[in-house]
Amino acid sequence: MYDFEYQRATSTDDATSKYSAAEDARFLAGGMTLIPVLKQRLDQPSDVIDLGYLDDMRGISEEGSAIMVKAMTTHHDVNSSDLINSKIPALAALAGTIGDQMVRNRGTIGGNLANNDPAASYPCAVLALNATIKTDKREIATNDFFTGMFDTALDEGELILSVSFPVPEEAGYKHFPNPASRFPIVGSFVAKGSDGVRVAITGAGPCAFRQTEFEAALSGEFNPDAIKDIKVSDDGLNSDIHASAEYRAHLINVMTRRAIGG
Amino acid sequence: MPSIKMTVNGKEVSGEVEGRTLLVQFIRDHLGLTGTHVGCDTSQCGACTVHMNGRVVKSCSILAAHADGAEILTIEGLADGDTLHPMQEAFRQHHALQCGFCTPGMVMSAIGIVNDNPEPSEKEIREALEGNICRCTGYHNIVEAIDAAAKEMKA
Repeated sequence: MYDFEYQRATSTDDATSKYSAAEDARFLAGGMTLIPVLKQRLDQPSDVIDLGYLDDMRGISEEGSAIMVKAMTTHHDVNSSDLINSKIPALAALAGTIGDQMVRNRGTIGGNLANNDPAASYPCAVLALNATIKTDKREIATNDFFTGMFDTALDEGELILSVSFPVPEEAGYKHFPNPASRFPIVGSFVAKGSDGVRVAITGAGPCAFRQTEFEAALSGEFNPDAIKDIKVSDDGLNSDIHASAEYRAHLINVMTRRAIGG
Repeated sequence: MPSIKMTVNGKEVSGEVEGRTLLVQFIRDHLGLTGTHVGCDTSQCGACTVHMNGRVVKSCSILAAHADGAEILTIEGLADGDTLHPMQEAFRQHHALQCGFCTPGMVMSAIGIVNDNPEPSEKEIREALEGNICRCTGYHNIVEAIDAAAKEMKA
């Protein structure tokens, strides 16, 4: 690892001002992507701003008809939260499929979303549940948040503070794990809420995206059979040694049906 | 250079580290506690697993400076004198190792598994071992040891 200036943030304002003052800084949340990346010398920041001591960036609470998860909340905390298990059990279950127990004890929802790995699990949940991402500057609707592979609508130095999930009537998640890494080759999150049915897919494209054909079909009839004859196009999907674009297109349908009990 | 202080196996320790120093390097190179192993460069193998503030973590993926003020437990802190921790004893009884390189991380992870789930099924143990790689045993005796230790730790 190349050396860098380690700085500890004492507040979110302090974190963003340290970031702006540095030449080429990175925020350190749980570090489950950043540290391995630094170890491989794939990145060389001048400064690393540690958010780990900001206790007020952690926590889960009910706000009206939504569940608010603060950015530094770990996957373990989401997975074991009584509130999330009772209100959005599919989200709690999804958090329990990320990485391994050591990763879940460190990795955070804010870090996961800011990184926007094409095979990350949270983005499809955030997109299907129509969550709102609150940063130090503004609120971003998830439809606008995921802009490409490892790319988001966040400005340079913009910090995610929390994610607010409207509680759905029903939701489900299923993924087909890569046999070695266990990252989703394809994952599908389906949510039925006050604004209709939303289906979001991860792992298949450059970043999570909505499957609008399925949404229309499931809005008519919320049943796996409603989509079983819809053939998904493989246009623009990822193709690699793990799965071809054609196979991923097939999995999108299968995982979505399984997510709603098919 | 960051100055850090933490509690390791119940003892206060301190040191000066570089920003990039990993917790595992501090534990091994600064404190001389070489039971915590480094088995890979990619954060995948779990041989470096320790407990930080009561939760299992990969010490190869945490900056030493970030662990400032933390309570760390390593494999050296488990036994009470000559009496092994029930998990260590179960690994011995069930021959849950061959070369032994992954064992410290396995034992630390296994205690984390049982702390979170005091009565794990065989399937739950196998799934919870996701983050620890063993290249010798085929895992079977490790799973048996964790099952036996869970019963012992509950008793």
